[in-house]
Order: sequence, then C-alpha cells, then structure tokens
Amino acid sequence: MGKLGAVAAMGGAVLVLVLGLAGWMRPPLPAAQGGGTISGKVKFTGAKPTMRKIDMSEEPKCKAKYTAAPPTDEAVVVNANGTLADVFVYVKSGLPASYKAPAPGGPVTLDQDGCRYHPHVLGILVGQSLAIKNSDGVLHNIKAKGTKNRPFNISQPTVMTSDRTFTAPEVMVPLECNVHGWMHAWLGVLPHPFFSITGTDGAFTIKGLPPGTYTVEAWQEKYGTQTATVTVAGSETKTADFSFAAK
Amino acid sequence: MTASRAGLALFLALVRVPFPVSRLPAQDTTKGKAVYVKWCAGCHGDGGAGDGTAAGHMLPRPRNFTGAIYKIRTTASGQLPTDADLMRAIDEGLPGSAMPAWKGRLSDAERRDVAAYIKTFSSFFADTSQHVAPLKFSSEPSGGTGATALKTGRQFYDSIGCRKCHGDQGRGDGPSAPTLKDDAGFPIFAADLHQSWRFRGGGSAADIYRRLRTGLDGTPMPSFSDLIDQKFLTDEQLWRLAQYVRSLSPPESPEVRDVIHAPQIAGTVPVSPDDSVWGRVSRYWFPLVGQVVRKARWFAPAVTGVWVQAVHDGHTLALRVSWDDRTQSPDSAWLGFEQRVLETVAGDDSAPPPPKAEPWPDQLAVQFPRHIPAGTERPYFLMGSETDPVYQWRWTSRPRRSVAGLARGIERFDTLPGAPAGQASFDHGEWRLVLTRALATPDTANEVQLEAGRAIPVAFFGWDGSSGEHGSRMAVSTWYFLALDRPTPPGVFISPVLAMLVTLGLGLVVVRRAQRRGTVRAGRQR
Repeated sequence: MGKLGAVAAMGGAVLVLVLGLAGWMRPPLPAAQGGGTISGKVKFTGAKPTMRKIDMSEEPKCKAKYTAAPPTDEAVVVNANGTLADVFVYVKSGLPASYKAPAPGGPVTLDQDGCRYHPHVLGILVGQSLAIKNSDGVLHNIKAKGTKNRPFNISQPTVMTSDRTFTAPEVMVPLECNVHGWMHAWLGVLPHPFFSITGTDGAFTIKGLPPGTYTVEAWQEKYGTQTATVTVAGSETKTADFSFAAK
Repeated sequence: MTASRAGLALFLALVRVPFPVSRLPAQDTTKGKAVYVKWCAGCHGDGGAGDGTAAGHMLPRPRNFTGAIYKIRTTASGQLPTDADLMRAIDEGLPGSAMPAWKGRLSDAERRDVAAYIKTFSSFFADTSQHVAPLKFSSEPSGGTGATALKTGRQFYDSIGCRKCHGDQGRGDGPSAPTLKDDAGFPIFAADLHQSWRFRGGGSAADIYRRLRTGLDGTPMPSFSDLIDQKFLTDEQLWRLAQYVRSLSPPESPEVRDVIHAPQIAGTVPVSPDDSVWGRVSRYWFPLVGQVVRKARWFAPAVTGVWVQAVHDGHTLALRVSWDDRTQSPDSAWLGFEQRVLETVAGDDSAPPPPKAEPWPDQLAVQFPRHIPAGTERPYFLMGSETDPVYQWRWTSRPRRSVAGLARGIERFDTLPGAPAGQASFDHGEWRLVLTRALATPDTANEVQLEAGRAIPVAFFGWDGSSGEHGSRMAVSTWYFLALDRPTPPGVFISPVLAMLVTLGLGLVVVRRAQRRGTVRAGRQR
C-alpha cells in the first residue's frame, strides 16, 4: 500500500506538473479550443474625419521613415471598406464566476518605431508582461496613465526594452510619450483573453467562450464605447456588428 | 469665491497660528480630517481632488490625492510614496509651488494625522498588495564639483536627452517643452535647472539624483533607474549627471539684499550686456511674485526673479538686468502653451474670459520715484497712483525698444521724451538687458536725478509673453534701493595716517617729558 501510495502520489505530482506546464506554456491567444465564438465588423458611417498631419521635423530619424505620405494622427482609422481599425472589442461581463483565466503567456510587445506606437491599440492579461521596445534609438519616455493600475514613466534614450506588468483590469490604460506629444497608445488590461482588435478589414473574432450570455463592448479612441448582448452555446459562432458614426 | 477670499486663504496658509499641542495616538484620521478641513481643503478640496476654491489660481495645481500619484518620493516610478515621503512634503513644503512648509505651523501630531487622513482619499493605500519600499540610493561620490565630474555629467545630459525638455543650457526651453502637460492635462513647465532653490523635492545633488531615479509621477519627468539596470549608464554616472545639474545653479540659494551697490568705474559705462565689466560686478537677486492686488490678477508669474547689476562713471548709470525666460516672445512654437496657461489659471471672478492668445512680447520695467525721497515715504509700489506717479523704464522684446515714462497706476503710462538706451541679448532661455541713462537730466520734474551717495528706491516688473503675460498679468517686486557709490575721496586714506602720526608725535612728547622729569627727580635725590 505504501509503495502504491507513493507511486500514485508521484504520478499525481507529474500529472499536475504536466498540466501546469501545459497551462503555462499555452499562449493566451487564441484561448482554449472549442467553445463559442463571437465575431463581427465595426462599421463607420458619415464623413471620414481628416486626421491631423504630424510634423516630425524635430526628429529627422523618425521623419525619414515616412517616405510615401506624411504621418497622421491615429485617433480614427477608417479602412478602405468603410470599417474602423483599432477598435478594442472585448467581453465586458457575463463570464461564469467559476471561470479561470489561463496563466499569462509570453510578453505582449509594444514597439516604438518611427516615433509611433505599434500597435496603436493592444490588449493584455492581468499579470502578463508588456515588453516596451524602443526600436527608434531616439529618446522616448513611456508613461502609463491608468487609474486602476499604478502608473509608471520610464526613460528610454536608446534602443532597449523595458518590461512592466499590470495588476488590475482596466479599459483603457493610456500610454504616451511626452517627448513626442503625438505618440499615444491604448492598452486594455483584462482578467481574461476574450478580446480582439479590429484590423484593416474592420473585423474581430473572440474565440473559445464558455456557453453564456455576454455583454460585449467595442471601444474606439474618439467615439467611445458601444455594447451588444450576445448569447453563445456550445461551439456556435454568433455575429455582433457595431457601428460608429462620425461626430 | 472672490479673489480677496483666495488671497485670504493664501495668507492664512502662510501665517503661523499657534495651536494647542494635544497628545494623540499616532495617525488619528479623525483628528487628521479636522486639520485637513481647516488648513488643506482650501486648495486641495474637501474630497482631496486638488480642486479647492483657491486651486484655479495655481499653476502647478494642488495635488489631487485621489489617484495617490505623488511627485516627490523615494520609491520606484509609479509606486506609492512612503509615509516619510508624505511627511517630508508636509513638513518642508514644495519649493516653487504654493505649498508651504507646515513644520512649526502645525504640531507633530497634527502633521502625522493629516498625512494619515490624506491616505484615505485613495484605495491604493489600503491595498496590501501595493509594494511600498524606498529604493536603495547610493551615497554621493566625491569630486562632484570638479571639471571631470561635470564633463561626464554633461555627456549624459546630452545622451539621455535631458535637453529635449530642459533645453541645451537647462532653462526649461527644450523643443518638447511647449507641448508638456501633466496627467490632469494642465500645462506644465520643464524645470529651470538654474534655480535649484525652486526644485520641488529639494535642490541638492542628492535630491536631484533621487528625482532621476524615481521620476516625478504625474508629470512628464520619467525615471532613469531602468537605464542603470540595463547598463546604459552606471550609478556613478547618474550621480555625475545630478552633480552637473546642481552646478547650473549658484552654490547657495540667492539671498535677497535690499541695496544694489553701483560702483563707480573708470572710463565709460558698458552698454553691452556681454561686456566683460559685468563679470567683475556683484549681482543681486530680487524675487518677483504674481500681481494679485489689482484686476486682472495673475497668480502664475513666469518670471520668478531678476538678477541686477549696476555701475556708473560719474555721468551715466548702466543697469544690467538678467532673468530666465524660456522663450524669446512672441514665439509661435509656444502659442498653444500660452493659450493653455491662460485657460488654466483663473484671473479673478470679474475678469473677462482669457483673450485668445496673442503674440505678446517679453517685457521688463524698472521703476523709480520721480524724486529721491527725503524720508521713508515712497510712491505706491504698484506703478504709483494718479496723484503720485512713478518714473519707469520699460523695455519690450518686440518691437525691441526701451522707453521712459510716468506710470499712474497699472492702467496709465505716459511716455516721456527722454528714453534710456537699451541693449538686450537672448541666449538659451536667458534675457540680458542693459539700460543706460545720464545721472542728471534736464527734466528734473519727472525724471529721477540719480545722485551718488543717496538711497534711490527701485522696483522691477517682468512679463513673459509666451506665458500669456501682458498688462496687469505680470510679476512684480517690492521697493528696493539703488546706491551709486561715490569714489572714495583721497582724505579717507590720508586722514588715518595723519591721525596716527599726530598720535605718535604727541606720545613721544609725553614720554620725553616723563623721562626728563624722572631724571630731574633722580638728580635731586642724589
């Protein structure tokens, strides 16, 4: 019995270790296979706003990276198909109380290149590492101005990467550079991986949702937020489209 | 809120009122609240949001305690301050802001209690997962004022981009400076590194080193600790940078002296602000404050003081005034900043809404009474009055000219025909102006006659156009004195020698007589 018990205990320990490792190694996105999916598009109606041109004369190294067209403000990015890019779509509420987020995977990278943030809008899990990279090699400072998270403001005068984490869910944490007043990025900090950011097609997909009824919110830098209520069961895919109008 | 009440609040904040010292358990938030409501809420607001009734008149604004974001800490960027950090701000105040030192004004227990109460405005302080530990600071390496150390410091000043905001010579005039905002969106000035006595967290090299390590949370000033971790620079090199920054200010905070001594020099007076003569003449510091007596009042003066030097040659006076100003106004790069300052700083209730930013010039005024007073009576310091006008020299950066005239209060200025000669230069955030005028002029009724050996009352006014300053929105000083030293008459040197010779001669006579008598007496005794 004693031997058997020891073997069982060891087996159990190995199992826990393997499961733990699997959990640890699994990237947060996409989340668990299976489950429900919410997808859709973020449309834009009305006159496309003209975005302010950014004068990067004070930073020739950055300015040189825009040979085709001068850089413009990124507050509203309307795609060719009339949809919006850089909209943060996420599950605001509805997850079962028993839901446990996977352990955060590797770092999410925010790059400073051409005196702009790449990406302009990004999401991260609580506790996950944000790797803040300065590819420009010119002086940037990066300041996080959350209210639920403690702020930070670090200097990066050279090509380097700094890591920071966030302790509390917050949509959104504004990130900015004070050396270059035009540099803004937005970070959604969530306790779960159910978020998606629209790209050049204006589409988003949130996968792996447990069955339930969810409040899904779409956040846009200039136009604010919109919500939709979506119920998913099993592995079905539900559509939720959003539409922001010009102001 | 009337402006007079704002003034009263400010006055009360600066006046010591004795308090009975009661024995209390350490950190009593109930008692702390009572202290807060009485002494702090006027600026910081009942709810601690930095929005008290006087807050609108202040730049920088009073701290908003609800976010628990503090500039002056010993902790890493973004971390909560330690209790000792909070106590330091309360005890010593924040130089260069409206926050006075409360040590000596409030008892030890009251200051501890109010610190505890301030922490209740944010849930972060109750959150036990928040890690509050001071950074480990090394001690200052020696040789910090040596040329090698300062050279190293300057190298890092350039390589880590300090000049982007603080400017090439450190006067807060860097290319990014006019775009700066604090976390609340209010305009914020990059610190003028030539005025270490106004640094919020203290002006020593050690204070500066700490600010470089921790950053100033809530402001654009970041932390440089990551650079040490990543071996971009060493801890010692960061110290050298701190020591270099310290070297930009005078070794000691300037003391305000009442009298400007203008020595008489041989030859003619220098007319250029960069003449080598000025390097050999004492300079005097006079602080300026916002004009808050008359409408429209101004609570955020940009010109914080002037350095003054004076010489004369027996016929002409040369007065050199230099002051720090981030811009050679009007400066189109600063127009947006100017507008934000005007929108942020309330003038007073009845003042019309701030005018749309105009390209105002920089200005300086030097004020004298029309006649040197025989007694202590002087005209009203704030540009005289209708019945008792003052004689002023006024200089503007654009058009670049200086005029003389009579001011009858702030609103009225009548130009006189005789203007002082003016020569000004602007260099990396500093104006240097020399005004020259004959000591004696034909218009003795209106123009002060500058007599040597008299105490001539003098006052100064400054405007920074790029901060939206014009008219009554200005920085003012009180009356001081200008004394034109007389050349030392030769008698001063000869008389003591004569007196000594006479004394010596008389002494010898006395001794001789005494000796002679002694000899006579001795002869008789024999």
